[in-house]
Amino acid sequence: MENIDYEDNGFFHSGHVACAGCSEPVAVRVILNAIGEDAIGVVSPSCSAMICGGFPMSTVKVPMFHTTLESAAASASGVKRALIARKKPETTVFCFVGDGGTYDIGLQALSSAAERNEDILYICFDNEGYMNTGGQKSSSTPLGAATGSTPSGKTTRKKNVIEMLAAHRIPYVATASPSHLNDLRAKIDKAKRIRGTKVIIVLIPCLPGWGVADDGAVRTARKAVDAGVFPLFEIEDGVSYRINAGRKDASERIEGYLEEQQRYRHLDARQVAELQAEIDFQWDRLRQRAAAPERGGLTGARAGEPPSCAGPSAGSVPAGAAAVPGAARGCGPRPG
Amino acid sequence: MPAQASGVLLSGNHAVSTAVLLARPDVIPVYPITPQTPILERITELHSEGRLKTELLTPESEHSAMAACISASATGARVFTATSSQGLLLMHELLHFASGARTSIVMCNVNRTPAAPWGFWPDQTDSLAQRDTGWIQVYSESPQESLDGVLQLFRVAESARIPAMISHDAFYVSHALEPVDVPAQDIVDAFLPPFKPEFCLDNELGASFCAPNDQQSWRSSRVDLDAAMARVPELMREAGRLWGELTGRSYDLIERYRMEGASVVLVTMGSMSGTVREAVDAMRAQGIEAGMLKVRLFRPLPAAALRAALAGVPCAIVLDRNYSPGTGGVLHQELKSALFGMKNAPRVHGVLAGVGGVNVSPAGIRGLVAEHRDRAPQPAPVWME
Repeated sequence: MENIDYEDNGFFHSGHVACAGCSEPVAVRVILNAIGEDAIGVVSPSCSAMICGGFPMSTVKVPMFHTTLESAAASASGVKRALIARKKPETTVFCFVGDGGTYDIGLQALSSAAERNEDILYICFDNEGYMNTGGQKSSSTPLGAATGSTPSGKTTRKKNVIEMLAAHRIPYVATASPSHLNDLRAKIDKAKRIRGTKVIIVLIPCLPGWGVADDGAVRTARKAVDAGVFPLFEIEDGVSYRINAGRKDASERIEGYLEEQQRYRHLDARQVAELQAEIDFQWDRLRQRAAAPERGGLTGARAGEPPSCAGPSAGSVPAGAAAVPGAARGCGPRPG
Repeated sequence: MPAQASGVLLSGNHAVSTAVLLARPDVIPVYPITPQTPILERITELHSEGRLKTELLTPESEHSAMAACISASATGARVFTATSSQGLLLMHELLHFASGARTSIVMCNVNRTPAAPWGFWPDQTDSLAQRDTGWIQVYSESPQESLDGVLQLFRVAESARIPAMISHDAFYVSHALEPVDVPAQDIVDAFLPPFKPEFCLDNELGASFCAPNDQQSWRSSRVDLDAAMARVPELMREAGRLWGELTGRSYDLIERYRMEGASVVLVTMGSMSGTVREAVDAMRAQGIEAGMLKVRLFRPLPAAALRAALAGVPCAIVLDRNYSPGTGGVLHQELKSALFGMKNAPRVHGVLAGVGGVNVSPAGIRGLVAEHRDRAPQPAPVWME
């Protein structure tokens, strides 16, 4: 048990419509208090959109722009650029998006924002499926899990969107969990100070969608971390890995995590062993990456800096502000 | 007439880029598509030269470009984008969102055939298919009209808080060079004050936008949009009048050409108007009382202006460079609905002319008039050869 070490400044209020026992509002509270008042949010259709509140109510103190399911990263880019034009470049622009809006329909827009290194803080609440529509499979749904559209269990792996984002070499990608709120708060604090695209994926066990007991959300999330199913780690500049929490030793098995949930109840011993092997593989690979020399052994240009052929900053970088790498990036010939 | 810069040889697309430079937009999200690309390339060139000070985004799709336009406009920025055909169709979901969110985006669409099959030719089906998305729609006949139109639409869109689209035909307007009068910056600044919306996404205000609504408040959003749309014709007229005072070129919702005593009036939009004008002159020279009605504002449909213009005219022939399968020409259908119930309405013929970018000659138009003038209109679509 750990004490939650954060100051509540009233950026998130009661009256939201999350399911009783859901851990997402706890995470939202920590995140919003860490982000602070100089912020504008973008939220796409998801549990978060409902938690933030329907018109004319809002549980969130800062303004939220509700956008379409696939557009969160593009919409956040638009808000940020408008703020730069309006001489408010310091305002934090963040996104609340589900895994459907991140791993599936919004991946294209997110990849593009990451490629441009837009100065946004993108938070994905990952409940491993379309849970707000009643519980269908997304590409974040793990191998073996039963959903409304995979009633016999999903036959393919969860998409590794974290590695995909790291491959863009954006300054910061991290995972977080409502079972480790101090870690979550520290990651928001850190991301807030970084210019460029930051993505944090927060695991949110879905009580009805996963078949978790009403008092089991945080316990399930903790077991996901401890079993190495959802380790907590950070990737800086796409190459520098750091594990914050994960499987304590090789004897840690996934059965305790699976038993919290009904979505894995149909698995037989052979299928559980297959799932264990998959988790073993991913955990070992993550540990290898974290053990690699700083910046993955790269010796060339520092990963977080724009290529040297980038021209002088043109318009997009506000005077007095740190350079937004994305604004000056790009080595192509001048148009015209 | 006030002092002006002298004429510059510009394509329709470069005339639009020039208008964008003069409008001082804050944010431009834009994605390339033939035949819109010269608009984008001229904008990016002006930006890289430091002449156009704007936040330029080049996202991965028109969909994301429009998403960024919407949120930037909601954050109080003046926003421009440009697209064509498939790009406009990809934006469709967000076009509804843009008007529902009461943004003031101005977009230039270059009218091009929608696939399949693939084609790159002038055809207005792409933008006419967006008629129910809640955007103001204007059709331009020439580079000069495109330049003037972009600037007028910024003024109207920002007053009404309704996004606005100006469309010009692929190649006939987008790539054709004509002398264009480019107004001086101070004239544009006098015409187009900075965008200062009453409210926007602002953490000092703290209000959220576009959150889920109940039935009654959703309906109210559309009642409000309807009231704002109803103001647009007068705002357009006012902008056209004021522009005339500043530049000598005034604009109305529709343009009447040689309609005095006309027994047959050709009704059309966009680049076809120039060809029709020639055909009308030739027919008048032969003693045929022909005229032309050019529809400039298509959304909101200026029904009152159309009724007034066609009252007492015996025969109207609509030339549609578009095709809506199952009905025929879109302007034909729209005009019939506007004239419905009018006692002295003309017989309204509809001809699908120039669909897919097929050339329509003045002689061909004269032939259509001879063929249809004294006949009853056909209920089924009529295809020009």
